Amino acid sequence: MSNLPVTERDLFVVGTGIAGMSAAVYAANRGLSVSQAGSTGEIVFSSGLFDVMAVHPVEEKKLWDNPWEAMAAVSADMPNHPYARVTRDDVEKAYGELFDFLSKFGLHYRMEKEANCKVLTPIGTEKTTWAVPATMWAGVEAFKKNAPALLIDFKGLREFSAKQVATTIGDKWSNLKTMRLDFPDSASMKPILTGIMAQAMELKETREKLYALIKPHLDGVEAVGVPAILGIYTADEILEEMEKELGVKVFELPTLPASVPGMRLKSLFEGRISTLGVDLKLQHKVFSITPLDDGRYEVTFGVQAPTEKVVAKGVVLATGRFLGGGLFADRHHIVETVMGLPVSQPADREEWHRTDLLDPRGHKVSSAGVEVDSSFQPVDENGNVVHERVYTVGSLLAHQDWMRMKCGTGIAVASSLRAVEAFVAQQ
Amino acid sequence: MQTQVLIIGAGATGTGIFRDLALRGVECMLIEQRDVNAGASGGNHGLLHSGARYVSTDPHSANECKVEGDIIKEFAPHCIENTGGLFVAVKGDDDEYIKQFPINCEKAGVPCREVSPEEALELEPNLNPDVIAAYEVEDASIDPFKLSLENVADAEAHGGVYKRYMKLLGFNKEGGKITGARVVNTRTGEESVIEAEQVVNATGAWAANVAEMAGAKIGMTYAKGSLLVTLSRLNHRVINRLRPPGDGDILVPGGTVSVLGTTSVRVHDLDNVAPSIDEINRNIDQGAQMVPALDTCRYVRAYAGVRPLVQLGEASSDRAASRGYALIGHEEENLENFITITGGKLTTYRLMAERCADLVCNRLKVDAPCLTRGTVLPDYVQTEWAEPSILTKREWMRRHNSEDYLLCECEIVPKSAVDTILDSFGEGEKPGIQAVGLRSRVGKGSCQGAFCGARIAAHMYDRGLFDGNEGVESMRDFLSKRWKGQRPILWDAQFNQAELKEALYFGLLNLEMD
Repeated sequence: MSNLPVTERDLFVVGTGIAGMSAAVYAANRGLSVSQAGSTGEIVFSSGLFDVMAVHPVEEKKLWDNPWEAMAAVSADMPNHPYARVTRDDVEKAYGELFDFLSKFGLHYRMEKEANCKVLTPIGTEKTTWAVPATMWAGVEAFKKNAPALLIDFKGLREFSAKQVATTIGDKWSNLKTMRLDFPDSASMKPILTGIMAQAMELKETREKLYALIKPHLDGVEAVGVPAILGIYTADEILEEMEKELGVKVFELPTLPASVPGMRLKSLFEGRISTLGVDLKLQHKVFSITPLDDGRYEVTFGVQAPTEKVVAKGVVLATGRFLGGGLFADRHHIVETVMGLPVSQPADREEWHRTDLLDPRGHKVSSAGVEVDSSFQPVDENGNVVHERVYTVGSLLAHQDWMRMKCGTGIAVASSLRAVEAFVAQQ
Repeated sequence: MQTQVLIIGAGATGTGIFRDLALRGVECMLIEQRDVNAGASGGNHGLLHSGARYVSTDPHSANECKVEGDIIKEFAPHCIENTGGLFVAVKGDDDEYIKQFPINCEKAGVPCREVSPEEALELEPNLNPDVIAAYEVEDASIDPFKLSLENVADAEAHGGVYKRYMKLLGFNKEGGKITGARVVNTRTGEESVIEAEQVVNATGAWAANVAEMAGAKIGMTYAKGSLLVTLSRLNHRVINRLRPPGDGDILVPGGTVSVLGTTSVRVHDLDNVAPSIDEINRNIDQGAQMVPALDTCRYVRAYAGVRPLVQLGEASSDRAASRGYALIGHEEENLENFITITGGKLTTYRLMAERCADLVCNRLKVDAPCLTRGTVLPDYVQTEWAEPSILTKREWMRRHNSEDYLLCECEIVPKSAVDTILDSFGEGEKPGIQAVGLRSRVGKGSCQGAFCGARIAAHMYDRGLFDGNEGVESMRDFLSKRWKGQRPILWDAQFNQAELKEALYFGLLNLEMD
């Protein structure tokens, strides 16, 4: 181990989800040298929708139209919630820097700054969120005003039924019609998956065939919806072309993971973050993080075994929860996997999950996680910082239920920004 | 509606009586509040007992198991995997019990063969190397769902009428005679009265409640047993612990999985039965003494059933209470056409059905002998998709036609199979996703229903089976029911899978919001 090649960096980011990627962007934007390691495939599970805050209190299922008012209410009611440690400015600044990065490479987001919006889900329910990919915006607006629209699905695409969406949303979008098409050249696709369709949509030939199939059905239609398949790399350009060709607004609806909007984020981050100077090692696992006498940290990482070593002045842990691998549950306890940090958790497994899946309070284990101070450094049960200049960000943080509160990406980006800024200030 | 004999309850016993009477040419109707095997018949090990489990406590039941087990193996081989079984003791187990075991087997007429610890380990490599004694017995595993579905199908082929989703509201009586059963279709809300000459109460754990509606009293206690299913099969044969019955002492293989059980916990509420985390921990801690891999393997779900125990006398404990059945004619309560049959074991269901049908025929003055002993149970039901992963994905890809595709990838259930299941429902029966889950492996694999649930909902909307947000309600129902069996086994990979499911259904699909 001692003869591994050593690189010196300002910051080491562990994790390649939204939190890790945005932390790397913020650090690089501030002139820090950054190494980053993690698996590939975290971000692909993202729906592509960026939340700030929508539901609070969870047990009352109270839905907020204004995300900032919701955030203020949570901060006041739950002093340990990660949002209680950041400001609205932090969230806006964090999203702003992130959107700048994404739009530089052609991926645009749309939102109303002061309001949440509603996106139809693939099962016809309404998801309240804040910012959506530009390819989804026309759907948000058409739904709001019950515009005459045509929702298209494709034969053999198993988890997206236009009829299901339209039947379930019912009277709230009574002017939504549906149609099923054979996707061009889909006979050879088995199974038919949105990712494969999106790859095909990058070809002009496929798109022209699809336009020809849709054109005869546009009488009285103001907008055409499809599951998210409008390309992986040039979605915004495809949208523009399609709207021009069809002469109506076009929108995508989100689909089940792994979905195309997630693939777009993955492809963009993984392909472009190096332009900021970030040294990204995909499919690399971190094996150890050891404090050195000079206050820095030695990080070893590699694919199967440690093959590289970085000595960094600070470490950001953006390793996610259980699915991401940041937390691990055995039959009795929950542990943090990289540094063995203290994890705030219910006393025993009996209390992890409620007996009713749909219990309005949510499950206690959803709020388990790492406790932090105001600069997102992990603390022990007495509130003392465990390691100086180690920061935990994103869903790994305790006292939040991102799934039910609809605050996942907001916490991810805001905590990452605060961690990076705290690190810069401590230098 | 009218019938000669009304049977209430479509568990193993009720479906067995249904077939028995239909084969004798008696007009009969079977009604069920939920669906086939909704109670203990669907919440057990799926073990066709050799009888050896009972030789020490109840030699009479042990012998009944031996005799009936042989009969079922003859007439329903397609419902059975004739695995054979082992009884094993490990270091620390009671020497006296071990010594008496072959003697008790002999007395009860239950065959057993001593095998050396070395041979036992060769037969079952996952056994604890500290095994000190082992006996081979004639246990087998049986698919209780296929068995009951086949019994229903054969009865229907002989003129019987089966109606599911029929909840009993009460009885109309004139003097000591039940003149009608008031029922409601839980799917449509439609109420009706069924008139019958004889009424059979085969409602298992609910027998006392139904008897009370008829004005009769039965003293019953209820013992919940919890079991858990491994992701991969760990044993070839049924493995039993060679000691008095206790937690986690039987591991039954079936298809690609093994089932570990079972606990025995006294319960009072029959409608909220779920395996608890404490029971699951006890099963694993005890089971791992027999098969150490049980401590580290991945589990896909847990489930629980309630054994009805009829108080016919004083019993020192629920485990020691007779596993025999109770056939009650209610003559002493001045009821002339009401019969209760409850208790017993899956292995002796046919015998229970025969005795009950004998009483029914006696009262109807019908002279027709029981035919179930020798009549082969035909293989009617396409339950290929109900058995654990019978196909590999590759095999399916090879044989499927190009228009078909998989709706459940964990357990290889194609659209065509789901359509066959949906087509089997009549007008107005309104099956939900849960009904597909009961008749197939859908939702039983490692994704815990996360993806297949959504796909089947989409498919059912496409087929016009759901209106408005019925599909959303059906998804909630399906996921909530599956959750009961998942909550107790959420650690390691299954925990991560549950988190993905929650992120999907709550984070994205907002299923928790009204």
